[in-house]
Parts: sequence; C-alpha cells; structure tokens
Amino acid sequence: MSATAEGTWTRVGAPGDVPVLEGRAVTVAGRRIAVFRLDDGGWAAVDAACPHKGGPLQDGIVGDGCVTCPLHQQRFRFTDLVAHEVRVDGDGIFVRLAGAA
Amino acid sequence: MFSTHGILVVGGGIAGQAVCEAVRARDPHVPLTLVCAEDRLPYDRVRLGDLLADEPDLEALTLRPTTWYADHDVTVLLGRRVTALDPDAGLATLDDGTLLHPDRTVLCTGSDALVPPIPGAERALLFRDPADCAAMVRAAGPDVRAAVVGGGLLGLEAAYALARRGCATTIVHLVDRLMERQLDAPAAALLAPAMQELGVAVLLEHATEEVTADGLRFTDGTTLDADLVVLSVGIRPQTQLARETGLEVERGIVVDDTLTTSHPQVLAVGECAQHRGVVHGIVAPIHDQAQVAADTLTGTASRYEGSIPTAKLKVMGVDLVTAGAAEGEREVVVADAATRTYRKLVTDPDGTVLGAVLLGDTRGAELLTDAVRTRKVTDDPLALLAEASAATAAELPDTAQVCNCNGVCKGAIVEAIREGGLGSTQEVVNVTRAGAGCGSCKPVVTELLAIERAGAAEAPAYLCPCAKATREELGTLVREQDITSVSELGAACGAGRECGACKPGLSYLIEERQAARFRQERHAKFINDRVHANIQNDGTFSVIPRMRGGVTTPDELRRIADVADKYEIPMVKVTGGQRIDLLGVRKEHLPAVWEDLGMPSGYAYAKSVRTVKTCVGTQFCRFGLGDSIDLGVDLERTMEGLHTPHKVKAAVTGCPRNCAEAYVKDIGLVAVEGGWEVYVGGAAGASVRKGDLLTTVETPEEAKDVALAFLQFYREHGDHLERTYGFLERVGLEHVQEEVLPADKRAALLERFAIAKAACDPDPWQERYAPAVPNQFSELDTEALDLVSLAEGLR
Repeated sequence: MSATAEGTWTRVGAPGDVPVLEGRAVTVAGRRIAVFRLDDGGWAAVDAACPHKGGPLQDGIVGDGCVTCPLHQQRFRFTDLVAHEVRVDGDGIFVRLAGAA
Repeated sequence: MFSTHGILVVGGGIAGQAVCEAVRARDPHVPLTLVCAEDRLPYDRVRLGDLLADEPDLEALTLRPTTWYADHDVTVLLGRRVTALDPDAGLATLDDGTLLHPDRTVLCTGSDALVPPIPGAERALLFRDPADCAAMVRAAGPDVRAAVVGGGLLGLEAAYALARRGCATTIVHLVDRLMERQLDAPAAALLAPAMQELGVAVLLEHATEEVTADGLRFTDGTTLDADLVVLSVGIRPQTQLARETGLEVERGIVVDDTLTTSHPQVLAVGECAQHRGVVHGIVAPIHDQAQVAADTLTGTASRYEGSIPTAKLKVMGVDLVTAGAAEGEREVVVADAATRTYRKLVTDPDGTVLGAVLLGDTRGAELLTDAVRTRKVTDDPLALLAEASAATAAELPDTAQVCNCNGVCKGAIVEAIREGGLGSTQEVVNVTRAGAGCGSCKPVVTELLAIERAGAAEAPAYLCPCAKATREELGTLVREQDITSVSELGAACGAGRECGACKPGLSYLIEERQAARFRQERHAKFINDRVHANIQNDGTFSVIPRMRGGVTTPDELRRIADVADKYEIPMVKVTGGQRIDLLGVRKEHLPAVWEDLGMPSGYAYAKSVRTVKTCVGTQFCRFGLGDSIDLGVDLERTMEGLHTPHKVKAAVTGCPRNCAEAYVKDIGLVAVEGGWEVYVGGAAGASVRKGDLLTTVETPEEAKDVALAFLQFYREHGDHLERTYGFLERVGLEHVQEEVLPADKRAALLERFAIAKAACDPDPWQERYAPAVPNQFSELDTEALDLVSLAEGLR
C-alpha cells in the first residue's frame, strides 16, 4: 500500500483500509499523518503526533469532532490540530499536506 | 549544550517539588530541571511512618506521578547529584559528569538525620528515608525489644509503628516531657499515658551515653535491654553543596526575605535554609517559602516573613495539633483528664493569639491555627476556644490553611470550586491538591464543597459528561429500548457522540447488561482493547500471556524466551501479578508474537479480571493450611475473560502469612484453620487499603462461590473506572454482605455471572486468525504478518 504522488495530492490507501470511527497512520513526504474516517462519511487528516507528548493519535478514540490520545487521554478537536486536506475519490484516499496547495 | 537550562532545582524532596509546582503555576514555559539524589520521584516524607505499616507502599507516598513531570515540562534527573555549582558562570556539574547551564539555582537539599556523637551509634538505625524504614521493618517483630531515642514528633511516630509491629517498645527522652518543643507540661503529661496505652513505654530524663550490643547505657549508669535501637534526635541541614559553592552558611544556608542566598542567582528553600536565624524542620513553612521563592524567580516582588510552626501527630488514636507557642503570658485551658482532652490557647496580655495546643479533641484546629497565623486579637480567649469547638468550615476565614501537607488555604479551595464548577470532593482534591497528602483535611474539603453547593449533594458522576447522562439513566435506556451497541445508544440519546471519550464506559455498560446480545464495536474501545495489548509511552505494546495462579512450565518459559529473541523484545519483566511481560512489541508484530507464544491472552491491558496471585500453599509449604494453588488457578480460569468496571486483581493465599498478598487485593481468599476467609476491596496501588472481611466459609468451593458472587455484584453496580476499594467505601460493607451472602441472592448473582462468562471471549488473541476490522494490527503503510492465510492453509 505504498503512497503514490498525484500532483500535490498523495494516495495513501483505499477507503476500506480505515474502519469507521478509527484512524490509521501513513507517512507522506516524511511526515507522519493520522487519517480518520468519521461517522458521517467525512474524513480527517492531522499530524499523527499528539501535540502534548507525541502520542500516536491514530490509535485514539474518535468522536464526532474530537480525538482522545491513547497515552494521556488528552482530548483534541480536529480543528485544533494541524489539519491536512483529505478526499476520497473512487477507491483511493488522497491527502494533501497543509501548505502544499 | 548552548541554550540554558533555566531554573535548576537541586533536591527531590517536598521542597524541591513545591518549588517546581509554584514556578509552573506562574510560568508554564521557563525551562525547569529537578535533580533528585534518590532514585525515585519526590515523595511525601511527612508520611514516612506509613512505610512502617503492614503493607508498605512507597508508590503511595509519591507526590506526583511520572506523567505530571511530562505534562508540566519538568525535566527530572533521578539518582543524580549536583557535585559542583558555579553560579557566576551559570554552571552545574552532576556526578556523572553532565554539565547543566542554569540561569538560577534553587537549593532544596533538605536535611540529614542527626547522629549523636556517642559510642555505638553505628549499631542503631535512623528514621529518615525509605531505606531506614525497610531496615526497621526487617528488624522488627513480636519477640523484638525496641528502643527509640528521642521523644519528638518523629520519635513518637517511629515508636508507635514499632509497637504496632509487635515490638516491646520504649521511648527514651532526654528531658522531662515528650515533644517539649511543641507541648507544655500538662499536655505532655497526658500524652505519655496515651502512648503507653498504645504499647509504648516512656522513659523520661534519661541521657543515652552509649548504644551497646545489648541495648542502651545511660549516663546514670543504668541500662535498657534492646534488640533494636532507633535514633531520632533531630535533623541537620544538608549544606555541603552550599558551603562548597562559597555561599554563606550558618546552621543552614542563610537566605533573605526573598529566599535568596548570599549569591543573587541562588535561592534556598526548606529544611536546608536558615531564614532570620530559624531553620524549619516541618512541612508547612516549606510551602510558604516555595511560593515566595517562585515569586522571586519569576520576577514578582514578595517577602517571606517566617512561618508559625505547626505540628500534627500521626499516631492512631492520639489526636494532637499544635500551632505557635505552647506557653505564654496569658493562657486559657479547657481540660478533661478522664478523656485525656486538653485544649489551650496562648495569647499575650493584650489578647493577641500566639499559640494553641489541642490534644484529644482537635475540633476547630484550622480556625485556631489561622488565629495564630494571623495574630488575631481577642478580648475573650475562652470564648474563642469554645467557639472553635463548634466551628464549621463556613466560619473559617479565607486565609485559613486547610491542607497543611500541600499548603492550601480555604480561599483557594472555594475559588477553585466556583471557577471550575467542581462538583465532587475528588475533583476538588485533584485540582487544588488539598487532601492529596495525608488526607486528614478531606472532611473539611467536603464541607466546603457542600457549602458552595448550598447543601446540594455532590454532583453525580456522569458516565457521559457531554450528554450529562449518568450510568443509571443510560442503564435504564439500554433496558427499555433494548440497546445492544454503543452506536445505538448514541443514536438514542447522544451519549458518546461528541468527544467520544466515554465510549469505553458505554461499551462496558451495554456488555454488562446485555451479555451475549451485546454487539461490540472496536471504535468504542480504547486502543488496548482493539489490539489486545497495553500501549506504552513510545507507541509500542506490552504482551502478557495468561499464566494462571502464577504457575508456568519449562515449555512455556522456553517459548517466551524464543519469542523474546526472535522479535528482539527490548525488555522481559516479571510482573507484580506473577506473570511475564514482554515490553516494546510493535503493533504489526502482535499477531506473530501471539502465534509463537501459543498461550492465551492474559487480559493485562483491559478493565477486566487480571490475575489470581497464589502462594504455594499446602502443595509445598510447611505452614500451608489450604491448597491455594488449585483454588487460585481454578478461580482465575473461572473469572478470566470477563470485563469489569475497572481492573480486578485477586489472590489466594494458603495461610494468614499472606505471601500472595490477598489482604490487599480486590478479591482475596485466605486459608485459615478450618476454612477460608474472603476479603474484598483491598488495594495496594496509589491507594493502600486492607480488604474488608466479607465472610468466612468452610470449603474452597464456597469461598469461590462467594468471590464470584461479589465479582458479579461489582460488575453490576460499580461505576466505570471505580476500583473495588472505592466501590466498597461508597456502598458500604454491610450492604455488600446483605446483597451477596444470602443463599437466594448469591444464587441469582452466580446465575448472571454464568451468563456473562458464557458470553465473554476467553482469548481475544485468536483474532490473529480472524481480525475484527481491516488493518487491525497495521497502519496504512505497514503490514502485519498474514496469519489469516496461514489459518486458511491449515484448514
């Protein structure tokens, strides 16, 4: 499941690779990104390292607007984290890093 | 290193910790490094006597957990000493050669026990640190005669602890009354018989000349036979580093009213510091000093003008609080020899309150201590004393210090309750730290909370705080609407939707209510329960296979060793629950590790039944009264796989020597002559609590039944993340006995237990062959070993 570049968008996997309300990590351009599949069909992509102590946010518990880091139960709104663009097109999840547009 | 280390705090005692907390409260960013000579995080030395109790637990004394230091960006160097300090150059050298570059340094080096210069002193033990306590515990015992030299606060606590451990104990004191620095003669005269009632003989006016092989020899030529001698005659400020640095040192390190030493970049706080000629050896001034030192460090002008000495004796059954002077020009006393009660207020001729002594009846201690601290003026000291007996928290002034351990005054508590909208005592303790030390002020905290909440009961513990829904409300909804999953519950009432953090609690609730009809969803589980391993601070996992009763085989041990080699496991560690932990396993390796281990999951990562610890019992032990191994293994097999409100640790021990530590487990079975005792609600973690004796039964089968019935009762009524000890204290032992012991109720509980057991998953590690979700053990760019196809190949 290697990431393939497509302009500034990078394919990171297929929608079925991420269960609903869970996250999985992927490295894009040297940066560890957590990709979350939300309950309403939406997606979110943020820096995977928790801003608190660098915990793996992809392993956190996901709600409608928040993720709770598994290490110290610090809770973050997706909007408060470094967010990247993410879209699903056919059988691909595509991520564009913040500032790369 | 080029950048500076900001503030360096030397010394990991109460003072060092207090300075770190006070600085962080003012400046969240300044680099802060704490160097601790002992190989452990700062602990509460005031409660050192706790380490002489039956189940000593140093962890419980730790002031803050590791996470606090990480959360507050305090760099902690454990087991390190500062060997040289050059404040002009901004350099500090550690014993391992490391160089630090502090802008400012705070010396919190504390004090050492004073060893009197008498022959044989080296034969005696001291009472100053955990190692001393361990030595005392080793030496103490029912046939041991103990002598404690020194009748001050610490000496009394040491003597009391030794007497409790069965020693025939004598306190030897130089002068004519105990605690002469805090007590007047009449109070001391009441204290001595109170100590004697607790089994401590008191020998006054005896000057020890030598510690001999047989005990003590006094200057008057008489002797006292003792197998164990403890010296507790005082403390000596630790000033070596200060002297070597060239700071002004008299008895202690000389500081001014800003806590600054003779060098402007160096401060000193605590027992090592000498302020206006006084070296304080008690805890309360440390907090006052730490606040002023933090002001100085962060550029706020503030002055320390001394502290009122206060003391509280921590001896069971002897209530004693003193503040300020014990004697003065004008004294009013209320005393009752029959109840050994003595209450005294000392004022000057004009009625300025200078001191208080409260023995036997310490009501109003906070009010009177505050009167001493604020030099309150009264024209009727007797009325003030009487008023204090009836005082409630409402009458306390805002400046009154409620928590002496952590230096928290009433005003700060009330403000925290108002501003934070705090609703429960525990919340207030967590936020303000009042009550987080010895805990003796918790009732006052509860009272203050009740006043602020205008008599309303403490806030309910919401299972879902976002939806303000309690466990009871959600449980009713689950039953009435026949809800079988977290998603359904969220759709029905919104619980677990917004932040999601409560989903594991909701998941447990539905699982407990619906048993086999529960539909589990991985998104509602903590990562540990998604991958069946315990996440570590670096994102790797720990793997603990099932090892029932702590009994293993050479074959299992070989496989564990092979796995550790094959997967280059960085650490293999024996756990407190008598199993083996493989630490540092990568998520993608989990299925393969489980496959190679060929052992079932130990459920060590879940809120579930963990282990049943055992001793060897009658199978090998000369003293065993019951077969603890067979019963323990059987009990673990029966309970394993069940989720519970919080983790449940159990033990079965073959006699009251308690080698398996059953007295401090959530469920503990102890073999006694003619039967088994069942203890519940024990703990030996952050809280230490001996379990309550639920009942005594005749057969191992019945002991097991009672244990299982209790477990089911806790499963049904415990709050999420409430351990059995909190549960027992909340609902009461009698209630548990009424609900668990009668034959009909027990049978009903066991029936529901059996239903739950039938529905649980005894080995989630089988998911290596059938993952519950895609990429259960991998990321988008990693791959787990494909055991699914392996399993298909086997079919």
